[in-house]
Amino acid sequence: MIRHLPWLLTGLVGAVSLGVVAVSRGETVNALWIVVAAVCCFLVAYRYYALFIARHVMKLDPSRPTPAIRRADGLDYVATDRTVLFGHHFAAIAGAGPLVGPVLAAQMGYLPGTLWIIGGVVLAGAVQDFMVLFISMRRDGRSLGELIRMEMGQMAGTIALFGAFMIMVIILAVLALIVVKALAESPWGMFTVAATVPLAMVMGAYTRWIRPGRIGEVSILGLVGLFAAIIYGQAVAQSPVWGPLFTFTPVQLCWILIGYGAVASVLPVWLLLAPRDYLSTFLKIGAIAALAIGIVIMAPPLRMPALTAFASGGGPVFSGGLFPFLFITIACGAVSGFHALIASGTTPKLIASETDAPLIGYGAMLMEAFVAIMALVGAAILDPGIYFTMNSPAALIGTDAASAAHAVTAMGFAISPETIAQTARDVGEHTIISRAGGAPTLAVAMAEIFSHVVGGPAMKAFWYHFAILFEALFILTAVDAGTRAGRFMLQDLMALAVPRLNESKSQIPGFVATALCVAAWGFFLHQGVTDPLGGVNTLWPVFGISNQMLAAIALMLATAVLFRMKRDRYAWVTLLPTAWLLVCTLSAGWLKLFSADPAVGFLAHGAKFSAALEKGEVLAPAKSLEQMERIVFNDRVDAALVAVFLAVVVSLMVFTFHTCMASRRSAVPTVNELPAHPVAA
Amino acid sequence: MNLIATLRRMARLMVGVPDYEDYVRHMAMHHPERPVMDRKAFFRDRQEARYGGKNGGRCC
Repeated sequence: MIRHLPWLLTGLVGAVSLGVVAVSRGETVNALWIVVAAVCCFLVAYRYYALFIARHVMKLDPSRPTPAIRRADGLDYVATDRTVLFGHHFAAIAGAGPLVGPVLAAQMGYLPGTLWIIGGVVLAGAVQDFMVLFISMRRDGRSLGELIRMEMGQMAGTIALFGAFMIMVIILAVLALIVVKALAESPWGMFTVAATVPLAMVMGAYTRWIRPGRIGEVSILGLVGLFAAIIYGQAVAQSPVWGPLFTFTPVQLCWILIGYGAVASVLPVWLLLAPRDYLSTFLKIGAIAALAIGIVIMAPPLRMPALTAFASGGGPVFSGGLFPFLFITIACGAVSGFHALIASGTTPKLIASETDAPLIGYGAMLMEAFVAIMALVGAAILDPGIYFTMNSPAALIGTDAASAAHAVTAMGFAISPETIAQTARDVGEHTIISRAGGAPTLAVAMAEIFSHVVGGPAMKAFWYHFAILFEALFILTAVDAGTRAGRFMLQDLMALAVPRLNESKSQIPGFVATALCVAAWGFFLHQGVTDPLGGVNTLWPVFGISNQMLAAIALMLATAVLFRMKRDRYAWVTLLPTAWLLVCTLSAGWLKLFSADPAVGFLAHGAKFSAALEKGEVLAPAKSLEQMERIVFNDRVDAALVAVFLAVVVSLMVFTFHTCMASRRSAVPTVNELPAHPVAA
Repeated sequence: MNLIATLRRMARLMVGVPDYEDYVRHMAMHHPERPVMDRKAFFRDRQEARYGGKNGGRCC
């Protein structure tokens, strides 16, 4: 009993903190309450729920050889110390998602997001990562697509692979859109990000020829270069010659990114991708750690209300009410389907013992949720007036400080034009109005926190551009790596249709697949950039739906596996989150398709604009008939995309149901695990 | 394993480079007849494996 005492205490502290966060109204709440509540909940969940799953649901067996033991080769399959592997896995799953989603969700107040991140990760997100890691670990570290094929059949595997490709396309488009929103009309930001390309190439040459393999050395070199770029960026931005050269409109940036994606993804990896990945990975880990320390030192009060009027819908950042749209907006921090691809990627091949799996699978996801909590705190410590000025579409609040202040004050968040202009000056930008996408908002918050700890107000502009650079850097790495991964997914899919393609040694299928992949995400990026509604408003929900659907697919696989293992009585562990995700994503998808409210439903929105178009009218925010046509076309494409996602998830539901029913009829386990002890050869 | 060494290994594995000594030990123990890559070749091999695309999954 004594050994449970510290945990009981932790649980109590967590419950009290959560209580403070949840019930206080009117008085300001310190951000540390949220942080403490999250940390305590995560610790208790890890100690009890993760270990319950490990011992009773999975029955992890330390004597069972993992792929790293069974197939040890010193390269891909290496038994790795669990602390080291934790770092590897966390770095692979942490990306822009947990930073952006919670910032957008803050429009409903900090409370719904906090509760969903904490509850979602404990019962759904971490369970998903952990289960997929477990399933892959017992099958030689196979990938998600192969696992679904093994346990649910060829057809189900192909559908899942196709779904994963579409999700990849949307992710790349959304990520690129965030970069566009952050760098448009910002010569300082643009210069620093552009400087990373030659900088990475110098680093690439260094690791290739001068000192191969010296990652630490070259990263320090790169870091010095990055800081120099941020410092000189200010002078460049203010120069009458150079400033305009680095000032781009969103549409120009969109084409630059598409061109960049196409070229970067066919360059040799050591030249650009690898060195920039070193920088972005270490910068990401460093910035996350610094943010945590900064929040603890500053202990800022939350200025966003716990709940805003937008919780019931009608918000400017994304449309729709709390259910189901909050649960798809905060994707990565609470539960992310994309992690299923990582947990069935390199990690299961490196795990030394089955009993390390809870720390890696469940623990790393808790850490990711903590990052999401910090992003939410970042958004909530800003003046709500600034938050809504930055995140509302220009169509709603205009493009100058006076109109934005007027519109945001009318929303109920009083702000003066002077405050808006002063905030922009503080961070060294021309304007902060309508910089949707999460990254700029988080950058303002990080500038606030970091400048409190180091440098004071004079350093705000530096820290703002540091934060923008850190986000842009790992998003660009993701765009580059994602285009390559998407290319191989597409080639696999094409090879299923035309088996001959896999045998040919020619480069042409590779180039064609790359071009198709770039064209696919480029299309949605262009749509988002030219969308008069602001793009993020439209694309982020589609991304959220697709990501949560992939999570539902991974959890359905886990459920099917539990049934096939004859562990039916524990199937609730995965059935519960599966059911919740299906309810959220199917209803969100349904509303996005068929809601009669044009702000929510793609078809209703398209119908409204096409009716006006027939009469020759121009509806705001469109300014011409040509823009009207584009809106109608985009609505129909988005509707079709959501319909495809719905079809994928519904068909996999049917496969899962059949698999589970078939296993119930069988008296013995039918699961395709590798045997516990290898048969002597 | 001391803290600095753990952190160093963690940082290198974060960017896809496992321990070279582990690899050499594995080759000596299990495949003494096969040629062993030197540090440079090992580094290039791991770089290609991580970024070549096949498991280029980076998260959102």
